[in-house]
Amino acid sequence: MPQPIKFYQGNEIIAHAAVTAGCKFFAGYPITPSSEIAAEMAHLLPLYGGSFIQMEDEIAAMGAVIGASLAGAKSMTATSGPGFSLKQEHIGFACIAEVPVVVVNVMRGGPSTGLPTQLSQADIMQARWGTHGDHPIIALTPAFPEELFMETVRAFNLSEQFRTPVIILIDEVIAHLSSGIAFPTREELTIIERTKPSVPPDQYFPYDTSFGLVPPMANYFEGYNFHVTGLSHDRTGFPTTNPDLVHNDQVRQHEKIYKNIHQIEKWEEFYLDDAEIGIFAYGTSGRSAMDAIVRARKEGIKVGLFRPLTIWPFPDDPIREKLSKMKCIIVPEINLGQAILEVQRVLGPDIPIKGIHRVAGVPIHPREILALLKEINNEL
Amino acid sequence: MSFDYGKYIRMEKMPFLWCPGCGIGIVAKALYKAFADLGWENNDIAMVSGIGCTSRVTGYTNCNTLHTTHGRALTFATGIKIARPDKHVVVMAGDGDILAIGGNHFIHSCRRNIDITVILNNNHIYGMTGGQYSPTTPQGAYAATAPYGNVDPCFDVVELSKAAGATYVARGTVANAVLLEKLIRNGLAHRGFSVIEVISNCHTQFGRRNRQPEAMQMINEIKERTVPLARAEKMQPEELYGKFVVGELYRANRPEYTEEYERMRKKALAKHQTKG
Ligand SMILES: Cc1ncc(C[n+]2csc(CCOP(=O)(O)OP(=O)(O)O)c2C)c(N)n1
Ligand code: SF4
Repeated sequence: MPQPIKFYQGNEIIAHAAVTAGCKFFAGYPITPSSEIAAEMAHLLPLYGGSFIQMEDEIAAMGAVIGASLAGAKSMTATSGPGFSLKQEHIGFACIAEVPVVVVNVMRGGPSTGLPTQLSQADIMQARWGTHGDHPIIALTPAFPEELFMETVRAFNLSEQFRTPVIILIDEVIAHLSSGIAFPTREELTIIERTKPSVPPDQYFPYDTSFGLVPPMANYFEGYNFHVTGLSHDRTGFPTTNPDLVHNDQVRQHEKIYKNIHQIEKWEEFYLDDAEIGIFAYGTSGRSAMDAIVRARKEGIKVGLFRPLTIWPFPDDPIREKLSKMKCIIVPEINLGQAILEVQRVLGPDIPIKGIHRVAGVPIHPREILALLKEINNEL
Repeated sequence: MSFDYGKYIRMEKMPFLWCPGCGIGIVAKALYKAFADLGWENNDIAMVSGIGCTSRVTGYTNCNTLHTTHGRALTFATGIKIARPDKHVVVMAGDGDILAIGGNHFIHSCRRNIDITVILNNNHIYGMTGGQYSPTTPQGAYAATAPYGNVDPCFDVVELSKAAGATYVARGTVANAVLLEKLIRNGLAHRGFSVIEVISNCHTQFGRRNRQPEAMQMINEIKERTVPLARAEKMQPEELYGKFVVGELYRANRPEYTEEYERMRKKALAKHQTKG
């Protein structure tokens, strides 16, 4: 039966998508502009056979979701700004211990308390490198209501499939915009569960790579009695300082994401086919770019958009394929230059790449993008 | 009384990494004995720890084990317990681990009265990092970061746990393993948040700096300073200064967290159904 159309804000959509994806545990700590996710999870989870807890801080919330996931419950936490900083140590734990969890970060102005109620896109690099040490990460950047729903489901799927934390990276405007949406039902979705061991407990190793880059994962209390540690470990899960084992496992953890990148990357294109000017933009800036492109096209400017839905791992190949023939690239983002560094890395010095960077707590207006488009177009 | 340690130890992980004579071994043995007395199956137990010498017990224990981050074992343990309220969750912690960096998690776990048992190995020092003072190092004692004597006042673990809301609080020592086994067993069996403080010896980092470099010296000193609860009740506060009062020191009856959550869930479901 089709679901009725109702009005929800972005944060609420994420909560509904999470329970539909099978999320059974949420731990959080109040912080603007992500608080509505916790409130909605507190409302929904008891009805869906799951549990909600408000912990004493964000570090605790991140620890709790890892514990619950090890015990077999699909788990999520949500936060913003200072809370995302606090979660970093435990995000690293989830990386090295390979525990599936979903972390929502609603980006607000920073650093520190910054602009609590206003948007930014300044946590792009923190999402990638926030915790210490080398580690891969998956981060998604949905921008529209249906996308928020589907990408939240995808976040759970990727976390289960690759035994990894997945970050949903949205900004305050995406989180708080209300729109009418009819939620898909679970039956209409593809839901991925973690791969369970196919061997008896005495032959089980929690980081056994003989089945591929992603080791099968037993849950606690299923008879496997295995060990999990944040120390570097071998395939048995116990600590090791053996240089080869340590190196090989770090490389394997990197490869489980990067060798499978084509299953993880996702993007949307808008008028790219005949474009001479390319825009790379995500979140609210992606929406501004679409508006600017519609206006620019009316004036005959051949411009198109590459809008990543997976921002980490960075979509190198698709960008090369789609944008390397452009005469100029524009990267509007509400930070002082983060994703643009990656675009420059991928495309090299031959294509001019111009940024629009403003950190005023307000979206980049389509007018600003349009003005730059006209300027560039006149010079082409 | 003999019992089968093998059931709860990962024998292939021997030898332990602890210094010979370290109190942690005595605590671990008492814990395994308590598991055996209660007849708990390995698969029904999750043991969670932070970082420190004490926290390494998880690696040697044959159950579902989780060695987490410094101070924050209780946060992971809380997630496990809520996801599987039907299972036993035990936390092994050092005094620096759970009272300094993890102090906030500790008091809030007490407050929730969630059914987790904490075994707090109090050796009055940061063992693993080389003997810095902890929140339980006595004033005046020497430490790597207190070369002229410790200025910091210390916590009383029992009073702190009671005040924060734990519903079973006991203190034992590594000098009396029989009592310790009983206190741990009762703490494990208690439905609610239980804290068993174990006065323990780190002769390597604490003793060496405080004129007790041998394990037995420290254990004997602990024994001399121990006062059973029944005797302590007849003593004046001045007489108890510097003494370790041992026994089951506090027990209360308060709703357990996961049970309360289930009651709330029934209410929520009923309300949801009447709304249609
Ligand atoms: C965030 C963080 N800070 C500091 C440390 C370093 N560290 C490791 S163990 C430890 C203290 C251990 O002392 P205690 O908890 O009393 O346990 P013990 O070793 O005495 O059993 C510290 C400070 C760490 N691992 N993580
Ligand atoms: S340093 Fe202290 S606590 Fe650590 S193993 Fe040695 S005696 Fe035990």
